[in-house]
Amino acid sequence: MLNDKRVRIIIGHYGSGKTEFAVNYALNLAKEGKKVALADLDVVNPYFRSREKHNLLRDNDVKVESSYVEGSGTDLPAISAGILGPIQDESYNFVMDVGGDSAGARTLGRYHNHLSETDYDMFCVVNANRSQTQTVEGVTHHIRSIEKTSRIKVTGLINNTHMLRHTTVDDVLRGQKLCMEVSKALNLPIKYVSAIESVAKDLPKDLEGQIMPVKMIMREDWM
Amino acid sequence: MAKVLMKGNEALAAAAIQAGCKYFFGYPITPQSELPEFMARELPKIGGMFVQAESEVAAINMIYGAAGTGARVLTSSSSPGLALKQEGITYIAGAELPCVIINISRGGPGLGGIQPSQADYFMSTRGGGNGDYRHPVYAPATLQEAVDLTMEAFNVADYYRTPVIVQGDGMIGQMMEPVEFNEPKKRDLPVKDWATTGTEGKRKPNIINSLFLDPQALEDHNWKLDRKYKEIEENETLHEMYKMDDAEIVFVSYGTTSRIVKNVVDTLREEGVKAGLIRPITLWPFPNKAFTEIPENAKAILTVEMSTGQMIDDVKIANEGRLPVHFYGRTGGMIPTPDDIIAKAKEILGGAK
Repeated sequence: MLNDKRVRIIIGHYGSGKTEFAVNYALNLAKEGKKVALADLDVVNPYFRSREKHNLLRDNDVKVESSYVEGSGTDLPAISAGILGPIQDESYNFVMDVGGDSAGARTLGRYHNHLSETDYDMFCVVNANRSQTQTVEGVTHHIRSIEKTSRIKVTGLINNTHMLRHTTVDDVLRGQKLCMEVSKALNLPIKYVSAIESVAKDLPKDLEGQIMPVKMIMREDWM
Repeated sequence: MAKVLMKGNEALAAAAIQAGCKYFFGYPITPQSELPEFMARELPKIGGMFVQAESEVAAINMIYGAAGTGARVLTSSSSPGLALKQEGITYIAGAELPCVIINISRGGPGLGGIQPSQADYFMSTRGGGNGDYRHPVYAPATLQEAVDLTMEAFNVADYYRTPVIVQGDGMIGQMMEPVEFNEPKKRDLPVKDWATTGTEGKRKPNIINSLFLDPQALEDHNWKLDRKYKEIEENETLHEMYKMDDAEIVFVSYGTTSRIVKNVVDTLREEGVKAGLIRPITLWPFPNKAFTEIPENAKAILTVEMSTGQMIDDVKIANEGRLPVHFYGRTGGMIPTPDDIIAKAKEILGGAK
């Protein structure tokens, strides 16, 4: 598990759960004793960005880079120069959380020269319960438009089909069916199937992609 | 209809379209910009129109004009933007036009911040504009309720010929939840015979105006509006009573904060403290009657808001001096934690060390 390329770029429509996936993934990497950094490139969403969990990440030995303006109360399209560090420093395992749609992925375009010189994976997190990513056409359009603005290629899919705490095994399996169709159409592997722990334990073991149970870190208990 | 996972701002926009809204005029501002974005994408598909105005002042006056044609129209903004729209809102109230205005509020005063806040209570319930006017203010606590109330708001606006505000803090706009779209309850809506849709030479022109130079005519107009507002108070007030039957400590909170307080009520009850919640769903009209149903054994009221205490005046009016009224609030975009609210409740009940 987690044996992906050194730089992992996580994209996905808002509501796909990409930030939840990215944060869980980075914490899992850190648990394996790796030197880990996470970048929050989200300039689209004002709330629920991984930078809100900086303290938790830092306490678990994940280095965090985001806006050069400290604090969660900014919606400036400003990202830290420090993000280039872990792209070039090959001692890092690097997770890049890229916000929102193709507009959000524009922040990534700035790094495409550097990324093409190193090993990277770009995973698209798919939630089949979101209106714009319910069909092969919807997911394909999403992937292609992000590839266009970011100027780098998606290398794998993550089925993270969910309905928050109300997620069922059926939700995940429906998402898996969609991801398999996308996988076939675009010739991309399904790398992970992620779901909250209570659902992940009941998933069939023969799904394409590794099952990754996630904790809901971004969503407060009262929500 | 199956539930879909939506972000609050999208759900509000989709609800407006479901309710027959075809025209949107607005200006982007965090944390509600996904709403105009959704409208820009979806309205042209159904033969509607999205206009990004040059300012909030322009947008609300476009609403004034479009509402005058009898069409279902929506604008949305966040706190400082709503402040700019107040002049237009009082004109629309004066001219008795229906429209829906969504406020996804953020910290203030001034430009404030972009994080969630409930500090627009005064502006929305007391009228930021001039003159004797009121308008309903719905305060949803969940995205499903936000969808239901937005659809209802269009009916209420048409029925009473009034602007209606749907107000959620930034959390309501930004959070994700499963929603479904259900028809609101049927109302016999009056024909819009006042709309300026062209006379075709067959009738006198309709005139939409809020100017009354004859003081007697203006007084008559004001009392007519006042009768309408009393009717709205009588028929449209909404609230929820949560575990209030034997409550000793009575929380009052609305919107996102009420969700936190519900958790607090449950936790306190597990510890043997009889806690309950009065949740206003309409901020105006305020659910005064709910306070007459507070049980005899109640010891105190604790109002919890994401402001320095704006609803507390209404709580005191509704309480009529019966119980001591306490307050706990966070502001500026800070969200109250369950633990802090519990500590405050215990302090009031004398259980704190």
